[in-house]
Amino acid sequence: MLKIEAVLQPSKLDAVKDALLEAGIEGMTILEARGHGRQKGHTEFYRGREYTVDLLPKVKIEIVVTDDLKESAIQAIMGAARTGRIGDGKIFVSRIDEAIRIRNDERGESAL
Amino acid sequence: MRIRCLQSFFFIAVLFASSSGLAQTPPSTQSQLSALQQSVQNAQTNADNAWMLVSAALVLLMTGPGLALFYGGLVRRKNILGTMMQSFAMMCLVTILWAVVGYSLAFGHGNAFIGGFEHVFLKNVPINPDPQNFYVQTIPEQTYMIYQLMFAIITPALITGAFAERMRFSAMAVFLSLWSLLVYCPMAHMVWGVGGLLNSNGGRIPSLDFAGGTVVHITSGVSALITALYLGKRIGYPHTKMAPHSLVLSFIGACLLWVGWFGFNAGSALNPGPLATSAFINTHFATATAALGWTIFEWLHNGKPTALGAISGAVAGLVAITPASGFVQPMSALAIGLIAGFVCSFMVFKVKAVFGYDDSLDAFGVHGAGGTVGALLTGIFATQLINPAFGKGVATGGMDGHWGQIGNQAAGVAISWAISIVGTLVLLFIVDKVIGLRLAPEDESEGLDLSQHGEEGYDFNS
Repeated sequence: MLKIEAVLQPSKLDAVKDALLEAGIEGMTILEARGHGRQKGHTEFYRGREYTVDLLPKVKIEIVVTDDLKESAIQAIMGAARTGRIGDGKIFVSRIDEAIRIRNDERGESAL
Repeated sequence: MRIRCLQSFFFIAVLFASSSGLAQTPPSTQSQLSALQQSVQNAQTNADNAWMLVSAALVLLMTGPGLALFYGGLVRRKNILGTMMQSFAMMCLVTILWAVVGYSLAFGHGNAFIGGFEHVFLKNVPINPDPQNFYVQTIPEQTYMIYQLMFAIITPALITGAFAERMRFSAMAVFLSLWSLLVYCPMAHMVWGVGGLLNSNGGRIPSLDFAGGTVVHITSGVSALITALYLGKRIGYPHTKMAPHSLVLSFIGACLLWVGWFGFNAGSALNPGPLATSAFINTHFATATAALGWTIFEWLHNGKPTALGAISGAVAGLVAITPASGFVQPMSALAIGLIAGFVCSFMVFKVKAVFGYDDSLDAFGVHGAGGTVGALLTGIFATQLINPAFGKGVATGGMDGHWGQIGNQAAGVAISWAISIVGTLVLLFIVDKVIGLRLAPEDESEGLDLSQHGEEGYDFNS
């Protein structure tokens, strides 16, 4: 079982969510985050004072999938989120030791 | 229209009475005349009182929620409730002080500088109109009292902008309560009170301040500056970003201020007649051009016109037109507003940066500077065509050729600066020694809401 974390532009959330559903992945967790990679921030003006805002709003999607769905999940995310510009985001994949359904204590891949 | 008909009827009735000889007038006609006279007076009282009560409500709206929202949106999220509470506290505390002794000190008979104690607990403030009353002849003096109270409330509330995010609630309550009695009341007496030094009606230095440019805005703005200097800067200023957490709230607040200000300025005519119309128009016109002036300055300076700049400019215009509103012509109001927009934005953008003081919400830059500019411009633009304040046919301001009025205006400005500086310093010093003004550093970091009130303004998780 793999955990796929994707840090995205907030405006891409809907497209990525729809793409994942189409790829057969239904469970996901969405987090609101702030951050940046190489993307520069922007300047804001308040009463003549200039501020550089470099922690930009981001969205993080976390999904846990069976190994065979890894590539289709990644392709779904990239297809929906890519614009070609700096700030598109990143995807991280890690291994998951255990998954448990709280409702009925189902374990392993059938809990996904 | 009805008053007109009644007046015509009255006139005809008088003609009838005089043509038949007064000694032979039947009693019933005489009593009819008296009854008519009373009706006319009642009608006028009702019209004037209706306007004044509405105006009083509008002015209170300026503080709550106008100023509460305007200031509240400008501070960081952790301080929203604390900031709003400061305005709200004034609505409560100043009311009590005014009723007990404040009104008497401001509007009682005293000397040129301060009223007396004849109205403590509102004694001898009649509920029925008295044509011989010094202040108001067609409405109850109690209406005048409650109207003036709303001015007394908002003035200390304005000062809170300078020490935003760093003063203890208890100290603020004590300091501003004392300030309203020891700085506001004398200033109000000098400009508007019977026998006041600066009263345009009989004062030794007659100055023109229609709705409180000196009494409200210069005193609050200058006191704000003194407080900001005394307390020192917020922790982390100016390097840390301390941006408004909700310009939406500030925007709503600013619009409420604009609308409420019609009660502040047009209500100062004390009746809903043509002078109120002039004041209403002037208020509106100056605000529009001031918002434009600030916006243009900012567009040139930063490259973009901001919402904060526009609403700040609007408030600057409202401040500057306050002393002039019942004395100038509409085109002059456009000019006054535009000048105020430029001057105040310059103060906030440039002068504040040069001196480096932390006037958090620009109470001095907008109210102190705007009030000063407005008071001086009043001397230039005042004209008897709008308001023969010094008597029929007597020149009022520069527009009439009476350029000396600028000198009187300057005197009023100087006195308001002086009383604000001295009064505020003394009170700050005393309250600081007895109670302690400034938040402890950890409380300042935690924010007013939690440290002073044990609450959070927003809870997005509940």
